[in-house]
Amino acid sequence: MTLDLSRRSFLKLAGAGVAATSLGAMGFGEAEAAVAAHVRPFKLTMTTETRNTCPYCSVACGVIIYSEGDLRKGETADIVHIEGDVDHPTNRGTLCPKGAALKNFVKSPTRLQYPMLRKPGSGTFERISWEDALDRIARLMKDDRDANLVTANAAGVPVNRWTTVGMLAASATTNETAWATFKFAKGLGIVGFDNQARV
Amino acid sequence: MTNSWTDIKNTDLVIVMGGNAAEAHPCGFKWVTEAKAHRAARLIVVDPRFTRTASVADYYAPIRQGTDIAFLSGVMKYCIDNDKVQWEYMKAFTNASYLVKDGFGFKDGLFTGYDPEKRDYDKSTWDYVIGDDGFVVTDPTLQHPRCVWNLLKEHLAPYTPEMVERICGTPKDKFLKVAEMISECSSPTKTMTSMYALGWTQHSKGSQNIRTMAMLQLILGNIGVRGGGMNALRGHSNIQGLTDLGLMSHLLTGYLAMATEKDVDFATYMSTRQFKPLVPGQTSYWQNYRKFMVSFQKAMWGDNARADNDWAFNYLPKLDVPAYDVLRMFELMYDGKINGYLCQGFNPLLAFPNRNKVTKSLSNLKWLVTMDPLDTETARFWENRGDFNPVDTASIQTEVIQLPTTCFAEEEGSLTNSGRWLQWHWPGGTPPGEAKHDTYIIAQIFLRIRELYRKEGGTFPDPILNLSWDYADANEPTAEELAREINGRALTDLMDPADPTKVLVPAGKQVVNFSQLRDDGSTMCGCWIYSGCFNEQGNNMARRDNNDPDDTGAYLGWSFAWPLNRRTLYNRASADLEGKPWDPSRKLLEWDGTKWTGYDVPDIAPAAKPGEVGPFIMNQEGTARLFARGLMRDGPFPAHMEPFESPVANVFNPKIRGNPVARVFETDLEQLGLSDEFPYAGTSYRLTEHFHYWTKHNHVNSALQPEFFVEISEELAAEKAIANGSWVRVWSKRGSVKAKALVTKRIRPLICDGKPVHVVGIPLHWGFTGSARKGFGPNSLAPFVGDANIETPEYKAFLVNIEPSTAPQEAIA
Repeated sequence: MTLDLSRRSFLKLAGAGVAATSLGAMGFGEAEAAVAAHVRPFKLTMTTETRNTCPYCSVACGVIIYSEGDLRKGETADIVHIEGDVDHPTNRGTLCPKGAALKNFVKSPTRLQYPMLRKPGSGTFERISWEDALDRIARLMKDDRDANLVTANAAGVPVNRWTTVGMLAASATTNETAWATFKFAKGLGIVGFDNQARV
Repeated sequence: MTNSWTDIKNTDLVIVMGGNAAEAHPCGFKWVTEAKAHRAARLIVVDPRFTRTASVADYYAPIRQGTDIAFLSGVMKYCIDNDKVQWEYMKAFTNASYLVKDGFGFKDGLFTGYDPEKRDYDKSTWDYVIGDDGFVVTDPTLQHPRCVWNLLKEHLAPYTPEMVERICGTPKDKFLKVAEMISECSSPTKTMTSMYALGWTQHSKGSQNIRTMAMLQLILGNIGVRGGGMNALRGHSNIQGLTDLGLMSHLLTGYLAMATEKDVDFATYMSTRQFKPLVPGQTSYWQNYRKFMVSFQKAMWGDNARADNDWAFNYLPKLDVPAYDVLRMFELMYDGKINGYLCQGFNPLLAFPNRNKVTKSLSNLKWLVTMDPLDTETARFWENRGDFNPVDTASIQTEVIQLPTTCFAEEEGSLTNSGRWLQWHWPGGTPPGEAKHDTYIIAQIFLRIRELYRKEGGTFPDPILNLSWDYADANEPTAEELAREINGRALTDLMDPADPTKVLVPAGKQVVNFSQLRDDGSTMCGCWIYSGCFNEQGNNMARRDNNDPDDTGAYLGWSFAWPLNRRTLYNRASADLEGKPWDPSRKLLEWDGTKWTGYDVPDIAPAAKPGEVGPFIMNQEGTARLFARGLMRDGPFPAHMEPFESPVANVFNPKIRGNPVARVFETDLEQLGLSDEFPYAGTSYRLTEHFHYWTKHNHVNSALQPEFFVEISEELAAEKAIANGSWVRVWSKRGSVKAKALVTKRIRPLICDGKPVHVVGIPLHWGFTGSARKGFGPNSLAPFVGDANIETPEYKAFLVNIEPSTAPQEAIA
């Protein structure tokens, strides 16, 4: 019997609870099979692999996300591991001390879960629904724009400039998010609009 | 970057100055290691600190922060004086031979035309002599005293090794060793690459720092070649993308300019953007500006941007100042002139200089909206955290709405890396709690505002009601839909200009790239330089062919690089005037008699003959500019300027403080310190274990680097009786922080203009939220002043004082 097993598929096989029989079939002795039988099952067994890139610096190392559950099948996906993508020409599988800890970034205890509101003068945040938060923001923006949009300068030239509300865009968002954000901000007439490139 | 990360393996000499790639870009730095291991390349580091990059360098030279122009001008002078110039390249591919107008000059540290009241130059003499034929007058023999080359030599004359030592504190022998190593790369078969980052940008003359190295690289013939280039190592994963897409106050997409009040209509806006060639027969590619601009307006407003309404030009806001950059916005906020602010994935309470001013500014807002995956300090700027955020909560009347967003692992789309590669990624996890995509949040706010305008009317609703929002689900556009808009498509059948009976692109189909864009309203395109990223071939950003024929490092089948999948900008300059590679072993392109062929997408028309069309096609000259005309506010040549807060005076003119044309607001001028009160040279930096203020939320990175510290020399520690690991207070004219002292040999005192200068290093990764210990950032200390051309704050050179202290307190008892 010839087997063409990569290291990863071998490890998956070995940890998948079929260790004894498979190892036997491959000619491993009973001693090795006994060891394999009591080690923790390989944690990436049956996970979904997704190609992504590191969100930190601009090297943009390729990473592989391993999840329990598959988003493409409509399932809930829980990320259990992230590692470097060996196929990626720039990083060739390597990651730095930040990239190597990416799973813990995704799972940070201070990841935000819910929209929150801090009322003027208050010392605490309180929960608010998405609908209420979005309605409130739209109301605040619309009222301010109506009151403060500079439609023309002293010479009567249309300038349509809104200076009393500003926006900072995030240089860790995707190009596609950035384009939607650009349309939104410039379309409203916001001129105080920058991203981290300014700093 | 003009080149890519993987191209660095082709170099002979790496100079890391104004950056610390081994620490801040470790997996990109691997290609330096490759070049060292496989090409015997050498690495030079010039930095105030003996950095992690310096620890693996072949040669290290110290420098006082803020004096890079003097150092590099000295290197240029050394190269010219010692005949270490790539003469053929420099003569043919730069503006060295162009004659400059009479009247232009430089005296006492200032160029012609300085107005101290306006803090600005009259730049009318900073230009070429133009002949009767409308083209620039040249002297290809470089003999004319008014040619750029001779003016440059004259300008560089003061930068002797002795002057470099006096200004920079770099010992003469170390400077000469670096200059000699660099000068060897004037050989057509040797290249140097420059890798820099915020160590060059975060100065009041940051743009000129970079420009000085670009000029040196041109003199050495190192632009457009494998293993060469000017390589800006960007700080965030998509800071390149957001800049390319124009998410800045003064930009539209693809480096089209925001309109100003002078642009009273579209014709006026276009009249100053004709880009007529200044040299006969040159390709001046910006002559296509109108096609890109009309296609952009069509992407924004669709059928509502038409020839008969000036392409909806009036829908665009018009600037009355150069930019509403972040410093200007926070100055306005400080004055109570801003009512609301949205922070998407941005933490200004730690990112912007003079934190006391930032806190007061935010406290003046009526409302603040934050969108972030993490609990940022900015969202909690109103919360009293003792010494770490000493605010009076009850007095802050700002309403704050904090919205939870997804992070990279939960979303789809592309990021543009430093090497201009647009790489697609896919989501792997379910977002936590009720976190939403930014695209959802933006769409929801937009749709609600639009609905309010539909129902209520209001001030000039047209650009909102007519904004193109044509997505399958308007509530949440998909990444693919947005990417297809960015690429652009035909709105009517595009006929072939060579055969008007033939349809080139049918209506509704994606354009292949920006070469198919038109200025008659028949095409739309969100960002012209990205066009080609998602055409009828599919999503080119998702390509994953990692083959690299002949191991050039180009990887043309991997992702998509802008523009046109080109991996090395200006690559036509890799070949000589006959079109033969300067270095046959490092061929990039070659003229085969009828067209350009090679390993990369040519950065020139494929049939443009080598002796006729210059390689710098984005310039009206077709050449690169050693003399920048009036295009930079602070001079057509770089000149040494001190930081606004400096331990020594400007040796050319002690009256000049900082950059003489940089904008300084009145209240900030009062908050600039002097060296008698604040004798030490402070600077900010990153650590490899952390990314900005994100990873302190992560247990692992917080354990690796748990605590804020400042780094000082053994000499300064002895002078101030500061023990390693003890608490110190560091303060500037603007604020004060407490930190553990790290006493180190990595920083040594420098002798500048005859006196010792002590450097205080201040890393930037701590705040009052997250898993790490509470701490401060350098922004508590740094001055509120920016670069004269682009307003990037001067984080890398400011003045502080230091003394032993007690620990900070989280809660005031």
